[in-house]
Amino acid sequence: MASKGIRDRVAIVGMGCTAFGENWDRGADDMVVDSVHTALDSAGIGIDDVDAFWFGTLQSGESGLSLSRPLKIDYRPVTRLENLCATGSEAFRNACYAVASGAYDVAVAVGVEKLKDSGYSGLVRTFPPADGTAAGISSPAVFSFVAPAYAAKYGLSEEEMKEVMTRIAWKNHHNGARNPLAQYQSEVSMETIAKSPRVAGMLGVFDCSGVSDGSAAAVIVRTEDADRYRSNPLYVKALALAAGPGTGPTDQSYDYTTFTEVVRSAEDAYRQAGVTDPRSELAMAEVHDCFTPTELVLMEDLGFAERGKAWSDVLAGTFDLDGELAVNPDGGLKSFGHPVGASGLRMLYECWLQLRHEAPADRQVAAVEAGCKLALTHNLGGGPGECVSFVGIVGSEPG
Amino acid sequence: MGGIIGYGAYVPFHRLERSAIAEALGGRGSKGRRSVASYDEDTTTMGVEAARTVLGTEGGAVAGSGLHLDGLSFSTVVPAYTDKTNATAIHAALGLGDSVPVSDRTASVRSAVIALHEALDASSRRTLLTVASDIRTGLPGSSDEANGGDAAVALLTGPGGDGQPVLAEPIAMSSVTGEFLDRWRVPGALASRTWEERFGEHVYGPMVESAFSRAMEQAELKPGEVDHLVVTGAHRRVAERFARACGVRKEAVADGLYDTVGYCGAAHMGLLLAHVLDRAQPGDHVVAVSVADGADVVVLRVTGALPAYRSAQGRATVREQVASGQTGLGYSNFLAWRGLLERDPPRRPDPARPAAPPSLRSEPWKFALVGSRCTAPTGGTPTGGTPTGGTECGARHLPAQLVCMACRARGHMVPHPFADTPGVVSKLTIDHLAYSPNPPLVAAVVDFDGGGRYRFELTDVDPDTVAMGDRVSMTFRRLYTTTDGVHDYFWKARPTP
Repeated sequence: MASKGIRDRVAIVGMGCTAFGENWDRGADDMVVDSVHTALDSAGIGIDDVDAFWFGTLQSGESGLSLSRPLKIDYRPVTRLENLCATGSEAFRNACYAVASGAYDVAVAVGVEKLKDSGYSGLVRTFPPADGTAAGISSPAVFSFVAPAYAAKYGLSEEEMKEVMTRIAWKNHHNGARNPLAQYQSEVSMETIAKSPRVAGMLGVFDCSGVSDGSAAAVIVRTEDADRYRSNPLYVKALALAAGPGTGPTDQSYDYTTFTEVVRSAEDAYRQAGVTDPRSELAMAEVHDCFTPTELVLMEDLGFAERGKAWSDVLAGTFDLDGELAVNPDGGLKSFGHPVGASGLRMLYECWLQLRHEAPADRQVAAVEAGCKLALTHNLGGGPGECVSFVGIVGSEPG
Repeated sequence: MGGIIGYGAYVPFHRLERSAIAEALGGRGSKGRRSVASYDEDTTTMGVEAARTVLGTEGGAVAGSGLHLDGLSFSTVVPAYTDKTNATAIHAALGLGDSVPVSDRTASVRSAVIALHEALDASSRRTLLTVASDIRTGLPGSSDEANGGDAAVALLTGPGGDGQPVLAEPIAMSSVTGEFLDRWRVPGALASRTWEERFGEHVYGPMVESAFSRAMEQAELKPGEVDHLVVTGAHRRVAERFARACGVRKEAVADGLYDTVGYCGAAHMGLLLAHVLDRAQPGDHVVAVSVADGADVVVLRVTGALPAYRSAQGRATVREQVASGQTGLGYSNFLAWRGLLERDPPRRPDPARPAAPPSLRSEPWKFALVGSRCTAPTGGTPTGGTPTGGTECGARHLPAQLVCMACRARGHMVPHPFADTPGVVSKLTIDHLAYSPNPPLVAAVVDFDGGGRYRFELTDVDPDTVAMGDRVSMTFRRLYTTTDGVHDYFWKARPTP
């Protein structure tokens, strides 16, 4: 097996996450200072105690300087990285490896995105100079191909498919309404969701994640050092990343009902963590619900539902806050918002709260109280048939 | 002796009812409708579409017949670029060899007419593709706006040869030239200005009579022996009065397409000629008269090869293209497409400028829709793709790749053209967020017959009725123009008629 994993070799001893949303009064600098210092405070250390930083942002800064300048970091290694919407998870993954290798004792992973300064609708990206032949199609449009493809493959009518999508958005808004850091903190009726103006294909406004500003950070140490910082750290069980060959959009055999990169990275993560039945072994999962059909397909790709059955599980409430496996208990990208570089670490932040019994009582998942000790984060960047996928598993106990 | 050895016309999809103009602006309005180039078309893209009907892409018909092309000329009143040659884009879209010289002959209707005369004159020695394309715009409420039309035409002339016989040979040509102020436009202006119409009639009348009688003399033909008379000009009344008075039989006067297409400027004479060639019989005498800054007349005799050429081509005739147009274009859309109505832009950034070096590197892809096919021997372990079987992997890639997606072989790719390959809409979405000059953008995953897939914009399509499974064919379009004036040319898919 190509990936050997670093199960239980590193631990998270502090985390911080800013409020996500239209943070008109805060820039990227303000948000990274906030999230990093909150994480340091929660670990009980100062910035001079950190040996190295991994800084993820899609396009809200360049180089390590975008972190070292606002934080006034004194001549330490700062790596800026980007892996599309999986950027935050990628910062975390690399920081974990650096600590596990013994190169550093204390590392910080931080992600940030400032999207609301552009003045445009939706996510706006810059690309290298090109020949002008790539279809200028938006992200929601690319993901919207999934909905009719899934419906056709499993015999759902357009109305039934829309109902499933609406149920997912409704659930995530329900959860976000219990999250004081979320961009959208109110429940939304199914009727409002279903009737929202169309953005692309079957996707209405409420089927899309929030365009958002925010930052999140984590402090990582070796497991044997963790008790110096706190008695209840989280242990890293698995870190898996898969970048696919990107052939889906040019390969007639790709049917837009699965993300192979997710299947592969999940298999890898489960192997690393020793998980054989994720639906029963996980207390909760944070998944990349950039658009509602994405979350639907992820339930199958991550092994939470059988192929072709996720839609009925969704309608049955299996993934609700009080369901069999709570998915996106913090509201997900849909309701918490999606500041690209921060999202992977924000997902981890919910695991941090939930597994350590620190989530607000009205969204604490019952499975944790019942003894489940594992949580999963899934983060992807790209689109159907051409993406990078991250799956991480953390636990509240070693071994 | 040479002559016309191939021809093809392109009439764009949309039609504006003239009554729609009157409904918006008041007034009586005239009858009939005009053809309208879509928001993603310009004279270059329409020229490509017309030329493709003659040659196919990859220089198909020419290459296949062993015919050597000596040149390509492109005529229009409204070139997409000045200073930069536009015919090079047509040359690239057709996949012609780099030794074929090309030129633009622009700025006036007469440039196109003389380009064709010269090509016919040289046809015994040189094989030339003469493309004419025009988009006619007038100020709102003007006669040019209502009575103009948009179209393109391509005529292949030369000595002919095996498999490419002469279809119609020129037997006489004559011209009369004069300098007078009838219509004019400062370069870059949207619309022309015209002198009083009766003045034009006064000047043109004697010119066209003189050119016609000289041509008939030269051809040793009496007007009564003419089988098809084509008269084109911005002055419809001059054209119609001459046609009535010149002695040609009434039933031999060809429909000027004024009521169904409109006057298509530089392309109009070629368009009407193509319309005649669609139905002319061996031995027929065709006289084409153009009234623009003088008078130009050419007399052609149809050969016995024409009917076989027509049935071998099997493509839409001018009549069929005229009939299959989509009526009901809103006048406000027409104005917006012509830059006469500026609409609130979407809250999205303008598209990036296509960069010159990557565009050059991908020229066969961008302009001629050439991808690649893997010729690695089969026997590997395919991990994806759709190998076509046989002894080679065969997986088709858009755009060309170095490493095969199906068998992962490297270094076995050969160019593979897709522009003339039909496909099917495999996935479809209406994108309300993306930038488009004409929102919403309709995007599709297109699966080509025989393999190959790519995401394209759809065009000439009704967002309310388009569906997965629809058959599509490829069309050369202008995706957008950047604020600094770079046109982004690429291919789109359109429903197959």
